[in-house]
Amino acid sequence: MPNQKTKIPFKGTPEQEKKLREVIEKHKDGKGSTMIILQEAQGIYGYLPEEVQLIIAESMDMSLSEVYGVVSFYSQFSLNPKGEHVVAVCMGTACYVKGAGDILERIEKKLNCKAGEVTPDGKFSVDAVRCIGACGLAPVITIGDNVHGRLEADQVDGILEQYMK
Amino acid sequence: MALDTVKLKINGREVDAPKGSTILEAARLAGIQIPTLCYMRNLNEIGACRICVVEIKGARNNVAACAYPVSEGMEVFTNTDNIVKSRKATLELILSNHRMDCLTCLRNTNCELQKLAADFGIQHVRYSTDKTDPEIEASEMHLVRDNSKCILCRRCVAVCKKNQVVAVIGPNDRGYETHISCAFDRNLAEVPCVSDGQCMVACPTGALTEKDDTEKVWKALGDPSKHVVVGVAPSIRVTLGECFGNPIGTNVEGKMVAALYRLGFDNVFDINHTADLTIMEEGPEFLKRLEKGERLPMITSCSPAWIRFCEKFYPDFIPNLSTCKSPQQMFGAVTKTMYAKDKGIDPKDIVTVSIMPCTAKKFEIHRENQQAVDGLDDVDVALTTRELARMISRAGIMFNELPEESFNETASTAGLIFGTTGGVMEAALRTVCELATGQSPKSLDFLEVRGIGGIKEAEYDIGGKTVRCATASGLANVKKLLDMIKRGEKEYDFIEMMACPGGCVNGGGQPIQPASVRNNVDLRKERAEAIYVADKRSNMRKSHVNPFIKRLYDEYFDAPGSEKAHKALHTSYKAQPRYKLD
Repeated sequence: MPNQKTKIPFKGTPEQEKKLREVIEKHKDGKGSTMIILQEAQGIYGYLPEEVQLIIAESMDMSLSEVYGVVSFYSQFSLNPKGEHVVAVCMGTACYVKGAGDILERIEKKLNCKAGEVTPDGKFSVDAVRCIGACGLAPVITIGDNVHGRLEADQVDGILEQYMK
Repeated sequence: MALDTVKLKINGREVDAPKGSTILEAARLAGIQIPTLCYMRNLNEIGACRICVVEIKGARNNVAACAYPVSEGMEVFTNTDNIVKSRKATLELILSNHRMDCLTCLRNTNCELQKLAADFGIQHVRYSTDKTDPEIEASEMHLVRDNSKCILCRRCVAVCKKNQVVAVIGPNDRGYETHISCAFDRNLAEVPCVSDGQCMVACPTGALTEKDDTEKVWKALGDPSKHVVVGVAPSIRVTLGECFGNPIGTNVEGKMVAALYRLGFDNVFDINHTADLTIMEEGPEFLKRLEKGERLPMITSCSPAWIRFCEKFYPDFIPNLSTCKSPQQMFGAVTKTMYAKDKGIDPKDIVTVSIMPCTAKKFEIHRENQQAVDGLDDVDVALTTRELARMISRAGIMFNELPEESFNETASTAGLIFGTTGGVMEAALRTVCELATGQSPKSLDFLEVRGIGGIKEAEYDIGGKTVRCATASGLANVKKLLDMIKRGEKEYDFIEMMACPGGCVNGGGQPIQPASVRNNVDLRKERAEAIYVADKRSNMRKSHVNPFIKRLYDEYFDAPGSEKAHKALHTSYKAQPRYKLD
């Protein structure tokens, strides 16, 4: 699933930028510094929006395209901030054979938000994740700290609606 | 046997190859061309496409000949059943994901993938095709990208980054989703593309092509109310022939002129004249700056991709740029002012078409402050060499059988050498020396600034003053030179910059030679050679002795740098944002 550019406006603070610039200064000349800086930047902002990637590119004498190429290659990097409610759909083997694909599709449809993205109001983000170790509850999703197991696709709308209030 | 060579066997025959060379290079020495697709010498040696695979005796797997080094006693097989099978399967896989609209593709009959498919007799693709719709990006003036024809060889990416340092395109996402695009899949117009077009001449398929403007020209030619004037850039005469099967470096000036008249242009103009005119404006501009010690080094302004690069990446150097328009724009300006007056034609009814080695010229014609006549663009359509060749073919003109014809008026060959790196500098020196001292320089050959070197330096004594000159071609070299000046390591008085490596002869609008040729022949050198041969034979080698130029000033522009000349022949620049993000 290609990582889509976020629709959420950038809300970075001067403090975050100061921190980012310190990180860049510290690692800049080291070997393999791009990965380290991107990881730390994601730690600071929670994701890697264009504004942040541009700061990294310009201060490391790289082009934005080179930075973005790395970010879009690794699934650990996110172009989207996390929503207020993080919906994680387990795609482990057990969940998958029990219909996790349908569950994900229903969630994407209900929220109008693809895996890896966040809703325009910032309320929900959706992730397709590796096995979360709750195979007995397959197919299973988590929303924030709550676990919803043994799901049927038809239950999805109702569960999500609880969080929409 | 010398220590720095190794002995190996290729297809059973013994070969001596330099240590450290690849199997591909060693095979070439033995007269065997291993097919390649992603490989470009010194530029893209990533072993990605697997077309060049060969067998090595005792090795577990086939290896990529473009990246695998030779070793003593190695036994290589380049053409076994197993290898052919492997290459065919690779080709089929590439084709399964390629929009095969060969008949309606601009690169039809000049496509490396098409040729390989033919060479290997691919008549059926076993895997289903799922790329059927075009994926068009055409936000820039000069280029159309269609990723449905992209084979992910990354040759464009390598050129954009290593030769041209702008690196505006790269592989994004991963695995099956991988595609070549700009950051955040933005349009090219939103990122610092400078439109040099080097990506297009590197592309093996039709994924990157020039925006074809030939229809605009056909329309003008068919309109009896329009007076259509074509101007041909210096380098076109030494490259156009390649499109009609002539060897690289053939000068086809006579046939080119004949073809242009037969296409129906009302007048055919040699842009060498306005290259001469550029020198007439730029020479005094330089001497004035030199005398006052102002805005030095002065930097040439003929290469529109260099200008775009300067405005986006090195705005500090904008005051250093010569304010002269490029020869293309001067051609348009002269045609719509003096020529229109001479002929008694309303400039509104004149259509100016330029034939350029360059894709950035398509951008340049729309730049601000390029209107010698208010409300009219100096140049209406800028075509590349490739587009002209297509027009000639479509008109059924048998190029190679044409008689040799000549321009109405011959220009100096100082204008001609503009077509290669160092040429603008040399042409300027020929005139500036004489302007400063009143005497022609002892030799008109400024050999130090010739040749394909990326950065060249020379010092010349001009009227008792030492003038420090430098030329750079290819934006990587341009960047290197500017950075040295910024750090205070170098000081110059006069610099010639060309965006494309080797200058216009190797421009992004020139005929496309496949990598199999480019890897073994230096296009820059062969094409430039044809220019210098013509210059050597010429009896008019200085811009200021060109009678057309004299008449131009006598009858219209008064004198170099006059108010009239300034309005028509000079322009301005301003810093541009690199990224246009919302």
